[in-house]
Amino acid sequence: MGINDLLNSNFVRWMDAEGSPESDVVISSRVRLARNLRMVPFPHLLDNETGKRCMQEIKNAWQKSTCKELKEMDLITFDQLSFLDRQVLVEKYLISPDHAESDSFFRGLLVNNGGDLAIMLNEEDHLRIQCVLPGLQLGECYRKIQIIDDDLEKNLNFAFDEHRGYLTSCPTNVGTGMRASVMLHLPAISMTVQAKQIFQNISQLGMTVRGLYGEGTEAVGNFFQLSNQITLGQTEEDIISNLTSITMQIVLQERHMRQKIKEQMQDQLEDRVRRAYGILTNAKLITSKEALVLLSDLRLGVDMGIIKNIKPFTLNELIVVIRSAHLQKKVGKELDAVNRDLKRAEVIQEKLLFGKK
Amino acid sequence: MYCEECKQKPATVHFTQMFNGKKTEIHLCEECAAKKGVMFLDTDNKFSISNLLGSFFGSGNLNIHEITAPSPSQRCPGCGMRFMDIVQNGKLGCSECYVTFDQQLEPTLRRIHGNSQHVGKIPVHGGKKVLVKKEIERLKQQLQQAVNREEYEKAAEIRDYIKKLEKKLS
Ligand SMILES: [Zn+2]
Ligand SMILES: [Zn+2]
Repeated sequence: MGINDLLNSNFVRWMDAEGSPESDVVISSRVRLARNLRMVPFPHLLDNETGKRCMQEIKNAWQKSTCKELKEMDLITFDQLSFLDRQVLVEKYLISPDHAESDSFFRGLLVNNGGDLAIMLNEEDHLRIQCVLPGLQLGECYRKIQIIDDDLEKNLNFAFDEHRGYLTSCPTNVGTGMRASVMLHLPAISMTVQAKQIFQNISQLGMTVRGLYGEGTEAVGNFFQLSNQITLGQTEEDIISNLTSITMQIVLQERHMRQKIKEQMQDQLEDRVRRAYGILTNAKLITSKEALVLLSDLRLGVDMGIIKNIKPFTLNELIVVIRSAHLQKKVGKELDAVNRDLKRAEVIQEKLLFGKK
Repeated sequence: MYCEECKQKPATVHFTQMFNGKKTEIHLCEECAAKKGVMFLDTDNKFSISNLLGSFFGSGNLNIHEITAPSPSQRCPGCGMRFMDIVQNGKLGCSECYVTFDQQLEPTLRRIHGNSQHVGKIPVHGGKKVLVKKEIERLKQQLQQAVNREEYEKAAEIRDYIKKLEKKLS
């Protein structure tokens, strides 16, 4: 039943941020491992016959698995899902936009109830095992993924080379096959002139900074994704600890800047936050871009105690539910741009005014 | 037309390169082209390598002299891809491509990662051989230390164990 819950409700585990480490700045942590089967063409070369064989092998390994992380997963192939449903999974960060383009029976997803553990099947690689948790928890993400990787490996012959490590379809992932990332909310750093410098320094450390919705997107609403760029020549532990410590430095910097703004511009800050709350709770039409910018201001206001009674969960939930597939899924039909903006405003007000607990 | 590089042999490899938005035509003989890492080009096939992924494979940098020239028509036995197909796709075809095109990939991997040797996790089952090799390496160091400390009995013990492991590998 896992997949239906994930499609029909908003909930994904990483939204539940209450009490998770550094969640005032770090929204979520994600670790993903790319794995491929030896002697099977990589996904972009699969045809119906090799695709079927590949899926069968993975399915067998999953069914033979002994760890609870894998046993709790559900398998869904994309021939069983509508385009809209696949988009819902994209918006929940469970599959990639490219993956969602396909309606093939040999592409799919293994996923648990909370959506914190998932395996993309035949996206760019045969398997992409991922774990997403709220706050800064890269180490815990990696620990969980290791369990899955070790269990699958008992029954699958992974493509591995002594020199090149885990072999992947794109040479940018070869080696550990690991991509670790954190989603950050950096409103105060973004306000400063040093922001550019900080991001430049980060990229010199072998990390990539991107917008909220992934590759090639701009950072709307001060939401950023930070991830490791190098996968070959570093151990998994090093990658995790490097990214964790860089993230921690950014967290401290962001908190420091927030404090400074509060001391020097208390009224302006409060004004900005209250205006955001005002528009979000009163607008009739709102675009996703405007909503994200205002949600960023509101989030800052909540984190700094200016606005009370809004739960972190609601703020995280809103990042996802204002996106178009979720809006259309909720209404049960396709919506044009104006109707999406209308529905979006409605959903935001419902969550902010009636979602209080 | 003669090769722009050596100016001796006829230029049979022609291609256009996008660099900083400017289109440049380059004409080389096969030998020089191979030296420069553009051996994946068909001699009669003109195309520009301007995509981002292509640049991973060396089109943005023509100073790769360390590559030896393989035959451009060589195909991966696993999936049938040629190296030029890989460059065009930005993706390899299968795990065997890494073995077939090992030399051509080396500079690409260095450019992306700054490294070309894996140091991370080794799978328990698929990597058994690698694990044994690593264990042998570790034991050889211990052996050296034992010899240095003149602990010959211990050294002999370690040597026997190494032999046993090496047998397991072959
Ligand atoms: Zn020449
Ligand atoms: Zn191949």
